[in-house]
Amino acid sequence: MNVRLEPARAHDRRTPGRTGHAVSRPVRSVLGSHTVPTPALSVLALICLVMLFVNPAFLSPGNAGAVAEQSAVPAVLAVGLTFVILMGGIDLSLEGIMAAASMSTALLVANDHSGMNLGLWAIAVGCAVGAVLGLVAGTTVALLRVPSFIVTIGTWQIGLGIAQLLFGETPPRVTDESFRGLADSKAAGLPGIVWIALLVVALGLVLQHYTRFGRYAYVIGGSEETALLSGVPVRRYRAASFVLAGATAGLAAVMATARSGVGNVGIATGLLFTTIAGVVIGGTFLTGGRGGVLHSLVGVIVMVAIGNAMVLAGISSYVQQAVQGVIVVAAASITLWRARERMRVIK
Amino acid sequence: MNDAPVMEVRQATKSFPGVRALNDVSIEIRPHEVLGLIGENGAGKSTLLKILCGLQRLDSGSLLLRGSEVAFQGVADANRGGVAMVFQEQSLLENITVAENVLLGNEHPSLRFGLYRWRDMNRRAQKYLDLVSGSLRAATPTSRLSFAKRQMVEVAKALASGSRGHNEPVVLLDEPTSVLEHSEIETLFCVIRELRTRASVVFVSHRMEEVLEICDRVYVMRDGGVVGECRPSEVTTDQLFSMMVGQDLSAGYYDESHQRPARPQPRLELRNLTGENFHDVSFTIARGEVVSLMGVQDSGREDVARAVFGAVPTKSGSITLDGRRFVPRSPAHAVRAGIGYVPSERKVDGSVIAMDVCENLTLAHPRRVGRGPFTDPGRERRTVQRWIDELRVRTPSPYTPLRSLSGGNQQKVVLAKWLLDPDLRVLLLDTPTRGLDVGAKADVYALIRRLAAQGLAVLLLADTLDEGIAMSHRVLTMKDGRLTAEFSSDVDARPQRADVLERMV
Repeated sequence: MNVRLEPARAHDRRTPGRTGHAVSRPVRSVLGSHTVPTPALSVLALICLVMLFVNPAFLSPGNAGAVAEQSAVPAVLAVGLTFVILMGGIDLSLEGIMAAASMSTALLVANDHSGMNLGLWAIAVGCAVGAVLGLVAGTTVALLRVPSFIVTIGTWQIGLGIAQLLFGETPPRVTDESFRGLADSKAAGLPGIVWIALLVVALGLVLQHYTRFGRYAYVIGGSEETALLSGVPVRRYRAASFVLAGATAGLAAVMATARSGVGNVGIATGLLFTTIAGVVIGGTFLTGGRGGVLHSLVGVIVMVAIGNAMVLAGISSYVQQAVQGVIVVAAASITLWRARERMRVIK
Repeated sequence: MNDAPVMEVRQATKSFPGVRALNDVSIEIRPHEVLGLIGENGAGKSTLLKILCGLQRLDSGSLLLRGSEVAFQGVADANRGGVAMVFQEQSLLENITVAENVLLGNEHPSLRFGLYRWRDMNRRAQKYLDLVSGSLRAATPTSRLSFAKRQMVEVAKALASGSRGHNEPVVLLDEPTSVLEHSEIETLFCVIRELRTRASVVFVSHRMEEVLEICDRVYVMRDGGVVGECRPSEVTTDQLFSMMVGQDLSAGYYDESHQRPARPQPRLELRNLTGENFHDVSFTIARGEVVSLMGVQDSGREDVARAVFGAVPTKSGSITLDGRRFVPRSPAHAVRAGIGYVPSERKVDGSVIAMDVCENLTLAHPRRVGRGPFTDPGRERRTVQRWIDELRVRTPSPYTPLRSLSGGNQQKVVLAKWLLDPDLRVLLLDTPTRGLDVGAKADVYALIRRLAAQGLAVLLLADTLDEGIAMSHRVLTMKDGRLTAEFSSDVDARPQRADVLERMV
């Protein structure tokens, strides 16, 4: 065929510019693409560099392990949340879902409150509690077409309410040693929950790269209209994303409960901030369609590392929270730098 | 070759609330032909296409596919029948790969146990890509492709979705050229000619030259009906035009009799202006002068206009406005200096489509209708009504959402937004007539003439070569970010199209 075409060029203004001249072409194209969370990794590197001078203990294997352990729960949360956000939705109910799942799990393993002892089956129940709450949110969003922002604020409170009901007078203390072992026992130097988190991240990556659910998340986030015109059952996938986010929140609650040893309504307090900030810093756009599981993982690690670094840097706990906020804003500005354009609309 | 029609519409009628969009329309699509559908906006072309591709259903009449009556349940259903559409607005997602776009909704043969086999996906997509162009790679992220290449991918996508059945597909192209530049249109035409050997093509446009060039047979539509059928070899542009509008071409489409000579005082002066996509651009526009800046896609002409408006940064060079140095820091700053800008993306950048006519009109200059920080409703109503009357904007009321107006009337509102400013000095028009029908275009041309006569300096990035030449006092050509030539353009001594084109490509 005799067809003349101009050479490829970056037409769209939102396409990132070149990342440097000294870097070779394939490396440049990987770093410049949206598949690797380069900016978030640079922020992580920056934190390490600063801490090298402030307190090198930050980089010790022991502390790295601590960061990994602290990252495990928000990382699992972030995997599920990523798909919701990729589709252009948001799930704010994580803390409520975790509260309900934590209480149910604690009451179903051997504990000092109820006579139940389901053993490790309680893990499945914890995930299921989350998935059901996610299903409620998902079907409301998808079928009744209510914005996910308000729906998930609602399910957040529902989750908290269920947890309060289950709570009774004193927090149930978990006595099941094999359950507690999820957090305590170590393999290859890392506690069980870190391995669980790694497994969830790996599954998330498979989901993202190799399944229709994952690929259609990008399609729906990119343009719901195009998805509909191509015969994609958008509502079903959208509802499924909330079920997945709910299930991962349930699993996260199980992990957090194993770690603390008590069922707790406030088990997830503050995690919503860590997770959403982590997902955004990782480079997943809240408008949908860009980012991914790996991005969110790196973003969450950045968030945890910031908190950890501040403790090691000896910053007064009174100002830590505010400093963390400032760093989050700064980090988000750095990671979203290349998406910045004078006429781009930011909401 | 079998000449029985592949697809047929018989006595089709379709109404929307308040409008009869199609009225007793019958057409045939024959195998291996490029069928043209031409008509003004609102003639019913789009509705007819939507019915063919399963987006909408007929009120009465029948749709036949390869001889048997069908009622498509949706686009996916039409795809299964071998009918696929390339939508007017580009429908590719840039955050996924080319292969995923081409096979969207059609991935299942490449799945095993619910998991994608990427190699198989890319291989299948590549097959269709190779049919339209030799230089497209399935694994490329779509965001890396140029506009023109994306259009090729769209065609490949239509081919892929139309090839799900075992029959040769019917590919519907809805105004595929409206977003392309001249050279890209040529490339697309090559693709369409190639496509004809393996499919039937329906080509919709309101540009007569294109339809005459590419189609084997043409239906002319007007007011929801088919008013004529012709073969391009047997009909002239003028005949086609009078069929389209239902009347003879009144003289002065471009309102050339109202071109007034420019005044001697320079209004806008660019000196060695350099930005990311343009270099060393210098030119002057005098009061009352219309200068058209011609260039292909990515020639940098758009960015020159945006730079003057402060929407893209400049690296060096200077801008002078009425003899005073002007450094545009932001669009707001440019607006205060008396510069108006009509962007090409009317629906995205030019107007707030969900707001009403009145709000859109007063958007850029709220003080014209206000008293201190507050809006004065009476004054607002009077001002807006005056402009609606003056520009003959067809709107039920000033409070009708802009969305419900036709493209031409939307564009008039966008123009009026800038005219509200009595101190307006420069108007930058980026393809102001793109997507408008013939009548609305003529209105916009007349308006540009009037504004120039009042002393405004107009920089026009014309949609077509003819428009750029006929509308301007001078034509500047741009290529690869640099000015390449300047032609003066008087009413009775217009530059030759070929000469201008030569400096653009």
